[in-house]
Amino acid sequence: MSQALKLLARFAVLVLVFAGAAVLSNRPVYRSLPEGTGLLTLSFSHGADRKAACRKATPEELAELPPNMRRPEICPRGRPPIRVALDIDGKRTFEAEVPPSGIAGDGPSRVHQRFVLPVGDHDVAVRIGERPEGGFDWQAERTIHIEAAASRAIDFRLDAGGFVFH
Amino acid sequence: MTTASAPAQGRPSNDWPPLRALKRALRRVFDPLERGAERLFSPALNPLAQLGAISFFLFWVVAVSGVYLFIFFDTGIVDAYSSVEWISGPHWYHAGVMRSFHRYASDLMVVSVAIHLLREFSLDRYRGTRWFSWFTGIPLIWFLYVSGITGYWLVWDMMAQYVALVSAKLLDVFPIFGEPLARNFLTPEHLSSRFFSLLVFLHIAVPLILLLGMWVHIHRISRPKVNPPRLLASLVLAALLAVSLWKPALSQGPADLSRVPAEVGLDWLFLPLYPLAEEWGEWTLWGLLVGVSIMLAAMPWLPPFRRAPAAAVDLPNCNGCNRCVEDCPYEAIRLVPRTDGAPFPHQAEVNADLCVACGICMGACPSSTPFRRVQDLKSGIELPGQPLSAVRDSVIGASAELKGGHRVLVLACEHGAGGGDIGGVVSFPCVAMVPPSLIDFILSKDLADGVVVAGCSESACYNRLGVEWTRQRFAGTRDPYLRKRVPRERLATIWASPFEAARYQAEKAAFAARLETLAWATPRPSAEERETRPEEKV
Repeated sequence: MSQALKLLARFAVLVLVFAGAAVLSNRPVYRSLPEGTGLLTLSFSHGADRKAACRKATPEELAELPPNMRRPEICPRGRPPIRVALDIDGKRTFEAEVPPSGIAGDGPSRVHQRFVLPVGDHDVAVRIGERPEGGFDWQAERTIHIEAAASRAIDFRLDAGGFVFH
Repeated sequence: MTTASAPAQGRPSNDWPPLRALKRALRRVFDPLERGAERLFSPALNPLAQLGAISFFLFWVVAVSGVYLFIFFDTGIVDAYSSVEWISGPHWYHAGVMRSFHRYASDLMVVSVAIHLLREFSLDRYRGTRWFSWFTGIPLIWFLYVSGITGYWLVWDMMAQYVALVSAKLLDVFPIFGEPLARNFLTPEHLSSRFFSLLVFLHIAVPLILLLGMWVHIHRISRPKVNPPRLLASLVLAALLAVSLWKPALSQGPADLSRVPAEVGLDWLFLPLYPLAEEWGEWTLWGLLVGVSIMLAAMPWLPPFRRAPAAAVDLPNCNGCNRCVEDCPYEAIRLVPRTDGAPFPHQAEVNADLCVACGICMGACPSSTPFRRVQDLKSGIELPGQPLSAVRDSVIGASAELKGGHRVLVLACEHGAGGGDIGGVVSFPCVAMVPPSLIDFILSKDLADGVVVAGCSESACYNRLGVEWTRQRFAGTRDPYLRKRVPRERLATIWASPFEAARYQAEKAAFAARLETLAWATPRPSAEERETRPEEKV
């Protein structure tokens, strides 16, 4: 084989390999969501009220404290977990007791859950409880419309007055 | 086959059976590919033997093209995408081509690193002192992937959105962020332009750490190949340009956080595991990645342990000439001030932790000559498991096995096809362990009519430099030279892997047939005379 032909053959082999890599860099196409569905994301970061975990100090505990530090309630640094429930079309889709974040357990509880829903209208009811027991402190109900490949989100912001539907 | 004594290193034959089978299967794939590449590219340009150097070269291509792209890139939710569109659209002929270079060179780096790792594994080049390069190579894979993934993120197209969502979910399993990272991509209002500034920083910082890691990776290798030969580098650049023009790297439509990137053209070289994160869950994927990384990193220390005794210096025979230091492929030998009062300024010293017992130092030592008439034949530096005296005895023993009129004695590398031959064969951990004077000894003492030096395949030398040093010594360009008086027509070199036994046998037979046509300058005893007076040979 002449030098020029050899050089051409070397070039061709490299082009073939490189073309393979180039094709693999965006083919085959990946479908991350089934056809005819959209996404609903429940995502928020909210810390339960520390007062929920407060308890009355016993006389013995008060006696051990210096007089100027004696408070009737002991409120630990850590936050209690929050309770979250999400109903979609009347069915309980998500229910969890979400612990606080942070090493000391004093950070907000974090929720980020994705739900794949078929295209159409859906009745959504979402609730948050800041105490381990009892009723929910925050709740919202709404009918949302899901389009194909649409991304809808439910956020929770105290400054916005509670749940925010995007 | 004769071996002076059993060198414990090298051959993976005592591996754990599944590991041995895997290596063998890989070699069955690599071997024909390497032979084909050797034929087409020549052994010196064989890309499969230059994977480390090619990876370095691709890194520089990515770095230079990245610097060029950064001139035109804007950070910001809208600006990022539009600036990249400007690069690939109206300015495709310079910036667009650079973008394609940037992406495809990164992809090819993944390919070359993956093949490099598999090839080194198949060649059993990760145990003993080679642990350092193997071990330091594992984090490089992580840095390479992080570099690439942060790069995809910057374009802020649909694939970037997908990458951002899955990456955020993967990172959110660790309680290191006050807010879940994924919340940044909840709606368009949640995303801040400052996030892109952070990504740009990461996309520059991580490749710099990668480069530092690459430097550490080759730190213990003597004469590391960090630049491919110019012709190969030019071919790589030309092929990159051809592919960049044929299939320019393009964006996949702007990211839209109000929609899900339901269908994305994924980069399967950088992101093959992202779909698994959705399928298996984040913890399972992290477990897989960390588990595989730990397993790979621990491989050099997995049993069975094979550690041959390190080369030893014999001071009375060492004059500190530096040849062994020059030839050691592992930087295991250095010169230190003389300690025995001999009239030389230096002596060789072996670092046992770095020595793989390849024996190349013995082949380089000028005192490794079997002609010396001393009671206790020793070289200035030699392997305790296969000293010079044992080598000479093995050669004499192997010679006695040769019969007929065209006796061929084989000096074989145990990692090549010759290592599996039987009868009239002396094997070594590396053919460069053979001192050139041994060939002179064999022919001048009439121990054989011809000598075959059978090494590993040309571009897959187990001990990296054995083939090169042997060639240079025979050509008289590297000390110690093969003396001019040695009839070159009676010496053949065969570079063949264990899978090329047929070619090895054919070349050996052809050499033996050629020997029949040659005449000796001085009369030699007949075959019958030799058999009746074997003790007079040496």
